[in-house]
Formats: sequence, C-alpha cells, structure tokens
Amino acid sequence: MSEVLAPAAARMKAPMKLASKLGLFVVMLVVAFVVWSLFSGPKTFAQVLTIGLSNGALYALIALGYTMVYGIIELINFAHGDLFMLGSVFAAMILEEALGKTKSSPSAWLLLGVTMLVVMALCAAINVTIERLAYRRLRNAPKLAPLITAVGVSFILQNVGILLNGSAPHSRKSVLPTSSVHLGSVEIRVKYLVVLFVTAPLLLLMTWIVQRTKVGKAMRATAQDRDASLLMGINVDRIIGYTFALGGALAGAAGTLFVQVNGQTRYDAGFRLGLIAFTAAVLGGVGNLLGAVIGGVLIGVIQGLNDGAPHFFGQRWTQTVMFTILIMMVIFRPGGIFGKAQQEKV
Amino acid sequence: MLEHLKEIWARDPKQSKIALGVIAVLIAVLLPHFGVTDNDGILPLFTVVLCAVYALFALGLNIVVGFAGLLDLGYVAFFLFGAYAAAWFMSDFADSLNIHILDTAAATVHGIHLSFWFVVILAGVIAALAGVIIGAPTLRLKSDYLALVTLGFGEILPEVFRNAEKFTNGTKGIGPVDSVGTGPLAVLPGIDKTIAPSDYIAKYYVILLFCALFVWISIKLRDGRLGRAWMAIREDELAASLMGVPLMQTKLWSYAVGALAGGVGGAFYATIVGTVNVDSFTFAFSIIILCSVILGGMGNVWGAILGGIVITWFNYTGLVWIGTKFNDIAGTHVDLVKYQFGFFGLVLVLMMLFRPEGFIPAARSKQVKKADALAEGAAQ
Repeated sequence: MSEVLAPAAARMKAPMKLASKLGLFVVMLVVAFVVWSLFSGPKTFAQVLTIGLSNGALYALIALGYTMVYGIIELINFAHGDLFMLGSVFAAMILEEALGKTKSSPSAWLLLGVTMLVVMALCAAINVTIERLAYRRLRNAPKLAPLITAVGVSFILQNVGILLNGSAPHSRKSVLPTSSVHLGSVEIRVKYLVVLFVTAPLLLLMTWIVQRTKVGKAMRATAQDRDASLLMGINVDRIIGYTFALGGALAGAAGTLFVQVNGQTRYDAGFRLGLIAFTAAVLGGVGNLLGAVIGGVLIGVIQGLNDGAPHFFGQRWTQTVMFTILIMMVIFRPGGIFGKAQQEKV
Repeated sequence: MLEHLKEIWARDPKQSKIALGVIAVLIAVLLPHFGVTDNDGILPLFTVVLCAVYALFALGLNIVVGFAGLLDLGYVAFFLFGAYAAAWFMSDFADSLNIHILDTAAATVHGIHLSFWFVVILAGVIAALAGVIIGAPTLRLKSDYLALVTLGFGEILPEVFRNAEKFTNGTKGIGPVDSVGTGPLAVLPGIDKTIAPSDYIAKYYVILLFCALFVWISIKLRDGRLGRAWMAIREDELAASLMGVPLMQTKLWSYAVGALAGGVGGAFYATIVGTVNVDSFTFAFSIIILCSVILGGMGNVWGAILGGIVITWFNYTGLVWIGTKFNDIAGTHVDLVKYQFGFFGLVLVLMMLFRPEGFIPAARSKQVKKADALAEGAAQ
C-alpha cells in the first residue's frame, strides 16, 4: 500500500488461529446487529448513519495526526486530543467572542472559513513548539520517557483548556444553517453535510502532500529510516517538525468544525475524542494514512449506531464500546484491519 | 551544612544509611502527632493519612512501572476493585443478607459485615486477580500499546460500575462502610474495639503497618530472583527472554503484586472516607500515582514513598495552603487549585526532561549514569 507512512507499527507474534476465528465471529455478530437495527427502524438508522459519518470525518482528521506522528517517531502523542480540544476553544473564542458571529449568514460563513485557517495555524504552531521543547530532546531516550512526557503535555494542555474555557462545559452558538435536506423520507441536517464537504478536500490535500510533494517524500523516507534519510541530506528535524505542523493543523480544523456541529466546548473533550480517534488510527493500522481515514469513518459510524440506532447499547456505554474495540484490535490485530502483524527486529 | 553531610556520607556510607533509616522511621511514627485537626493548617491529619495511603499506591505502581518497566496508565482499576471489595463486604449494601463475622457494625444492621482484616486480604486478592486478568491478554504488547490498553481498562471499569447500578448503586455510591476493628488488641487498656471515625492517628498507624509490610515485600522481591527478572525485562525484553526469563509469567507477577497494593489501599481508603462512589475513580488518579513514582525515582522504594507523600500533600493541602499564604502576603486572589492539572503535567514533563531518574535514583540508574559518563569521557 503506497500510503503506508511506516511499516505496520505494532510488532508482536502472529495471533493465534483461534483468535482470528473469534474475530470473524465478532465481526459477523456486529453485522447481524446492524442489519437487525436497519430493518427495525430504517429512518432512525439512516439519520444516525449521517451523524456517524460526519463525526467519523472529524475522527479521521484527528486520527491522521496520531498516525503521522506515530509513523515518523513511533510515539503515541497523548497530547494530540487535547490539541484538538484547544482548537475547538480557540475557534469559539475567535468566531463567537472576538468577531461576535452567532447567527447563520454568508458573512459568518466566510469568517468561519477565516477562523478555521487561523485556528489551524495556531494549532500547528503549538504542536511544533511542543515537539521542539519536549519530544525532540527525548528522541533517543528510553521509550517510556517520551510517552510519559506526552501524558504530561496532555495534562498541561487540559489545564490551559480549563483556564480558557472553565471547568464546566461551555455552550457555543453555531453559524451553520439549522435547516435539513430531505432525501425521500430521510431527513439530513445540513451541518453534517458541511462537515463532510470541508473534511473531504482536507483529507485529499493531505494525501497529496504526503504522496506527491518533495516534503511528503522526505516524510516517508524519514519514517522508514531516520539515519539513512539523514545521510541522504534530508533535514530530519525539519521534516519531523513539518509532520507535527500538519497534524496540528488537521486537529485545529477538526476542533473548529466540532464546535459548529456540537455547539459546546469542554476542557475534557480532547481526552475522550482523542482516544476514540486513536482507536480509529489503530483500526486502520497506525502509520497508515488511508487506514486512518477509513478507521475514522468506521468508528464514527459505529459510535453513531451505538448511540442512536435501535437495539444498540446507547450513549452511556459509548466509552466501553469504543475501548473494547481498541483493546480487541490491539490484542488481535495490532496491524489494523488491513495490516499484517510483524515480528520484532533484533 | 550540605557539604558537611556529604562528607560524613562519603566517610561511612553504611552507618549513615542506618542513621538515615532511623530518622525516617522516627518521622514516620511521629508524623501524625504534628498533624492538626482543622483543615486549613499546613498538615491536617486527614492529609497525613491520605499521604500514607497514596504512598502505598505508589509502592504498588513502582513495582509495575519502576521494577518491570511496564507503563500502566490504569492503576485506578485496582484502587476501584479494592474500594468496592470493602463496600460490598463491609456495609449494608447486600440488604437481604445478614452476615456478621468479627465485625464492628451493630448486630441489627443487615448486609455483609466482615472484619476489615479479612476484607483487606480479600481486596488484595481480588485486585491481584483483576491485574492478572487485565494483564494476561495485554502484556504481550509493546510498551506504548500496553499503556493505551491499561488506560482503556481504567476508563471502561468506572463506566461499567456506573452503569451496573444493581451491583454498585451507580453514582449514588455505597455506604456507610464499617470502620476498622482492633481485634485482639482490644484487650489492652486504652484501646477501643473499633477505631472511631475521627481517630485519624490510629488509622494512620493501620495504614503505616501496610506500608511497612509492602516496603518489606518490595525489597525482598527486588533483591530476589523475580526482581532481577523484572529489571532484565525492563532493560531489554528480548535479551531477557533469550536468557531464559519467562516473559509472560514474570510480567504477570509484577502486575499481580502491584495490584495487590492497589487493592489493599483501596479497601483502606473506603473505610476512611466511608462511602464508595464511582466518581472517585478517574484517570487523574492514575496520573497522580504515576507522578509520585516518577518524582521519587522509578524503581526506588524510598523514592516512591517520598513521591507519594509529597504529591499527595500538594494535591490535598499544599496547593490551597500555598495559595492562601501567597494571597495573604501579595494581596492577590490567585486560585492555585485551578492549576492542579498543569502542575502534575509539568512535574511529568520536567522530570522526564531534566531528571528522568527521579529525586532518589534507584541504585541501578546511578550505575547506568556513571557508566554513560565514563563512556562519554572515553569517547572524548
């Protein structure tokens, strides 16, 4: 697969035969559930599916940040979710508080676009700064050190979120139209479509950067072999900085859209959504860009169905469902649904 | 002063160590007598007890993270199991039953009431089993994935306990939990059959006993075969397995022993706060314990204790106390509690960047540092 940024990330012994049979059984069970749900309430089903798709698009944006960073320096950037949270807070502060746009109008949409670009730049800058100050110095340290640092950075960012946003959820106004589109008897809210229309080009742009540009080539090279890249004259530090900038920008875009769709900002949003997004990245195979996008959409749809569709567990079990998927994936298919598990190199 | 002490240490390290040990024991035994009963002081008694409980947690996590080098971000799970063990077996929760075994509750109260000293063992065993069950499928993973999966378990369990209201009372919580009985000690004059809820000094000595026990267990294990195997895995898993260390079994033991401390501490915690509520079991708890271990020095028993005490004091009393004092002097209105998360985050980041071996480095990290310095010198 050409989109693979790094050789499938996790390395462990090949899973047992029994495990893959069990996995197949679980997948079939889920499919059966989905079909049952579809037939007992097709209208609700279609509605939660669109919500799931739009959430999934946001997860894909965040998941890309995780996957790119893991691909290039093999670090689970625990702080990435919180960067997304900061993005959402910045977006609300700029558009609603500074520019005073609380109603849907063409000028508000234009300013929303501007806000998104500013927030993307801000988040990119923050992510690069974090890398420069903290992670870079630990690049050759034992693996536990950068991981613990990332957890620490995550807590610092959450604290910034508390200071900016308060410790309680803060409800925000959306400038997206509240109307709906009717497709037959199914009603789809316009805001969910907007998310899909904004996210798709961003994802395409990202794929283009990684696959077609010189910087992208350097990124793939660095992910594959850092020392060799250095010898080939690639400025590895700068390329890693680029990767963090791209990931940060995507998190900023996701944050901006998140406020518009969900109408609230909260300091702990990053922790939860970040972990769901990471689940998405694992689902698609960490280090695999296309996989992250597919995983994001998949996990969004699963969450949408779980929260809204008939016969599923409902919202109060969301976390459990998500983490169960994460744990099952990591244990049975650490290479993702497309990837292959690898043996550890000596 | 410091130079002078260093000189003494260099002249006779063995006797200095004994002297330091005696001082530490004296401080540990006398500490609650410096505590004050009101909550605004620099050392409230309740905080003293909590410091000891968290020191026990830190000792437990130190075995997993410090000795075996497995990053566990879900230590809260073991705390939870311990606390719920106390809630189930030491309260009127099981209303239809009426079981009393050497307990402190009135005979007319329904529910299961076992003696704290049984429950503490039970809680330890339940937590250790939970550790093995969580560990068995996940310990094959690489360190970063392991961190994530343990974090996942730490998040799932509270949600399951919140939703399974039939067994846990959900967010309403289970309580009151019986207090600790003194058992055979009650025949001595001046000792009641039950430790009164406000008698924090007696409670402190109970938890101190467990801390001492766990220090002994930690040191015995560290210096034994299992401890060497843990450290071999921590330094290089592949090399350790090639030398014949059974990876899974060794890792599972570290999980079980670490979880044991979590369970014991959790059960004790339930008796001092009186109610077990699912909202107390958060990710922040796991991070606070991790902070303690890292601040003190990964892999060092005394470091874990010191870290646990310092971080807990800061968390429950220090931040407020320093904030009030600062505001009194500077005339400002700074609310330091708002910066709590940032403080813990900063501790983690700064320690990792500038002093990854902690304040009291383990003997091995000292050796590694020395060897590194020598190698660097040789290279130059």
